[in-house]
Amino acid sequence: MNWTLFHKLGSPKWFYDIAEKLLPWFLWLGVLLILIGTIWGLVFAPQDYQQGHSFRIIYLHVPSAILAQSCYMMMAASAIVGLVWKMKIADIFISSAAPVGAAFTFLALFTGAVWGKPTWGTWWVWDARLTAMLILLFLYFGVISLRTAIEDINMSARASSILVLVGVVNIPIIKYSVEWWNTLHQPATFKLTEKPAMVPEMWLPLLVMIIGIYCFFGALILMRMRNEILIREKRTKWVQSIVSNYSSGAK
Amino acid sequence: MNDSTSSQSLSAVLMHVLKRELLTAFRHRQALINPLVFFAIVIVLFPLGVSPEPAFLKMASVGLVWVAALLSTMLSLDRLFQSDYDDGSLEQLVLCPEPLYLLLLVKSLAHWSLTGLPLILMSPFLALMLHLPPEHLPVMLLTLVMGTPVISLIGGIGAALTVSLRSGGVLVSLLVLPLTIPVLIFGSGTVQASIDGLPIMGHLAIMGMMLVLALTLSPFATAEALKMSVSN
Repeated sequence: MNWTLFHKLGSPKWFYDIAEKLLPWFLWLGVLLILIGTIWGLVFAPQDYQQGHSFRIIYLHVPSAILAQSCYMMMAASAIVGLVWKMKIADIFISSAAPVGAAFTFLALFTGAVWGKPTWGTWWVWDARLTAMLILLFLYFGVISLRTAIEDINMSARASSILVLVGVVNIPIIKYSVEWWNTLHQPATFKLTEKPAMVPEMWLPLLVMIIGIYCFFGALILMRMRNEILIREKRTKWVQSIVSNYSSGAK
Repeated sequence: MNDSTSSQSLSAVLMHVLKRELLTAFRHRQALINPLVFFAIVIVLFPLGVSPEPAFLKMASVGLVWVAALLSTMLSLDRLFQSDYDDGSLEQLVLCPEPLYLLLLVKSLAHWSLTGLPLILMSPFLALMLHLPPEHLPVMLLTLVMGTPVISLIGGIGAALTVSLRSGGVLVSLLVLPLTIPVLIFGSGTVQASIDGLPIMGHLAIMGMMLVLALTLSPFATAEALKMSVSN
């Protein structure tokens, strides 16, 4: 197996440069897909026979909910990498992803509440899926506040990796809550093994939105990670030369 | 290792840790009593603050007992490692040749028997004051017996993560409480199901699963977190 790429990931400088090249692709693809998906979903997709126009919030709700969970799984994967191989980039990813994941979790809860009002007649129900998402939000908050409480970078990396891994138990509970319990929340929209229950005119824009939001997330994370790398590596020569070039260029 | 320095058997070491934990706890009796008083006060707040109606209390009693038990366990978590960290004996524990996993399991057991067990013994009286039908008391006690060790074990992870921090107090609750919500849901859910005349074996099975998972997995996380905390 070729481990070169993996070894290169250990170098913040290499990552900083490759992230600069990848960033515009993620950003513009994300913006483009989100634009297409939003217009397609809000204007051209057919109405739902039961919910009318109100179902259209699905085009924001489902992508952000999927991302909120998979962001946590990505953090868990890099927590393992960080604990086992002590890789700097893994912790930089966790520190950059936690606030973004919290924001998407909040967005999923908020759009869910907005969607719940016309369809269920209430902003909030204490149902398994909703409660589990709320716990996910608290887990993100826990990771963020643990990181800010520990000043030492290496210690906070290990501590937050352990906490992220412990919190992973919540993810299957969220994922399967709609199948294990009879809840108000409808089952998953997309499954890998089955065709969606909606017509293609409805789920195609949703798919575009999901891919778009993932790209946008990627762009956000790359930006935040590059920023974090600059802060952490500020004592190195290459960062100092970047900063001095930038400030002399700006004059 | 078969040299003479490690002649003590594993079980003797574990017994020693257990004895030490209990002894230090009984020398600070007030610290043992405080969470219990807190437990009683929190429960008293609800009839006074929300409604003393027996119908309301009967409905809320199980949940109240569970929430109060959860909160007062949070209060006792800082005792788990703090004094050991301050006097350096925590480092000695981490440096022990015996598996840290087992040592921490014993420490959690001691913590539970000093906080969870007294809570359980106290809970029937408070539950009766909240008009819980007496025939459901055994179920409530059973869920507490299965659930409070899980809270102690998960709480141990949070305590280990924050032991070296100056501002650990609120942070521990912030980290641990979200993780204990499933215990709360199924703990009070079991008793509620029994009050509603529904079968409870399924609920009990899930509580048993959580107990087994916490017993087997959480000491690993606590050990890793402690190694991190004493590393500098």
